[in-house]
Amino acid sequence: MSECDEGGESRRGFLKCMTWAGTGLVWTLAGGVPASIGLAAAAAAVPARPFSFVQVSDSHIGFSKPFNPDARVTFREAIAKIAAMPQKPDFIIHTGDVSQLSKPDQFDDADQILKSAGLPVFYVPGEHDVLDEGQGKFFLDRHGHGATGGGWHSFDHGGVHFVALINVMNLKAGGAGSLGADQLAWLQNDLAARSASTPIVVFTHIPLWAVYPDWGWATDDAAQAMTWLRRFGSVTVLNGHIHQIQQKVEGHVAFYTARSTAFPQAAPGAPGASPGPLAVPADKLRSVLGVREVSFVSRNHPLPVTDQTLA
Amino acid sequence: MSRFRLAVRGAAIAALALATLTVARAAAPAAVSIENFAFAQPSITVAAGTTVTWTNNDDIPHTVRAVDGSFHSAALDSADHYSFTFTKPGVYSYFCSLHPKMVGKVIVK
Repeated sequence: MSECDEGGESRRGFLKCMTWAGTGLVWTLAGGVPASIGLAAAAAAVPARPFSFVQVSDSHIGFSKPFNPDARVTFREAIAKIAAMPQKPDFIIHTGDVSQLSKPDQFDDADQILKSAGLPVFYVPGEHDVLDEGQGKFFLDRHGHGATGGGWHSFDHGGVHFVALINVMNLKAGGAGSLGADQLAWLQNDLAARSASTPIVVFTHIPLWAVYPDWGWATDDAAQAMTWLRRFGSVTVLNGHIHQIQQKVEGHVAFYTARSTAFPQAAPGAPGASPGPLAVPADKLRSVLGVREVSFVSRNHPLPVTDQTLA
Repeated sequence: MSRFRLAVRGAAIAALALATLTVARAAAPAAVSIENFAFAQPSITVAAGTTVTWTNNDDIPHTVRAVDGSFHSAALDSADHYSFTFTKPGVYSYFCSLHPKMVGKVIVK
């Protein structure tokens, strides 16, 4: 078993487990071990049809710096990648930081670009999406239909239970991401009704695992959520926020962070770096941006995840 | 006038000048720069009535939000600034509500 599988908390252990973006890596994971899954065997085990969905993240519409002067352009390219996928995904999830500054025109532009994919879209906000005076009112008015409380919600698709968690509201000085007592109570109740054999997909913005707490790349009260998720046989946690691919497996829970479609960020704790945009040469930009496809083929495995760059 | 008196008068003038200078400095506006995901002056001490201005010199938006909710900025894009005048003595802790690891305080005398 590798150090990654053991979920080592040490910095050194963590760095060993990193998968740095920018390599055009395409991989599939089952139980933390790269593997190919026999589709025939999977089909025999699961009567429901296989399906896939796509994760996009951190589109930061409104972002404009010399190395990416218009984040709308790279977001359009990301959506074009999705439209060109051989297996049409059933839907898209956007794991937050749709906009750069929560401005209505930024949300409008993102909506228009996403519409071109012709697929349903499910959202969670990032901290950049709740900057209006109403602290997220703009976002929830657009995307929070049918959601409870602060916008968190769940739905079922193809035998998989999807849970959208919000961890960018009411952040505390000195802290990291936060779910809050109301959302945790809702989550406990939402999961209590599911059998342990139900595959679970959780999507949220800030990592639920402690990727790098010194940079706020963690969720302070995630441990409580994990106590309720651990009993399930297959849990896939998808997030954005850190603009690069990282992965970790703890028991039956697989955590994946996604690339941005706008700009990359430094590797966690990189010397002299901060958790801000990492300028890259223009001809390298698209190799560090990307989208992710997640497939459901078997109830007995974590969901295979495939990352594609925009290059 | 004796040398002693001259010295006393000189010292008094110097003290007065120093006092004036101190008051002038305290009443002057204070500035905090936001750079590299930090408040570059994480703790500043000012006199009551001082206006403090935060300027975002970073390449990502930040905010300034009092822990007790007594003041808060809108999102500050690169080069945006926000000012608040502190009228009452006290210790005002604040943070960036986007990146709450960023913390600072204003001590008002």
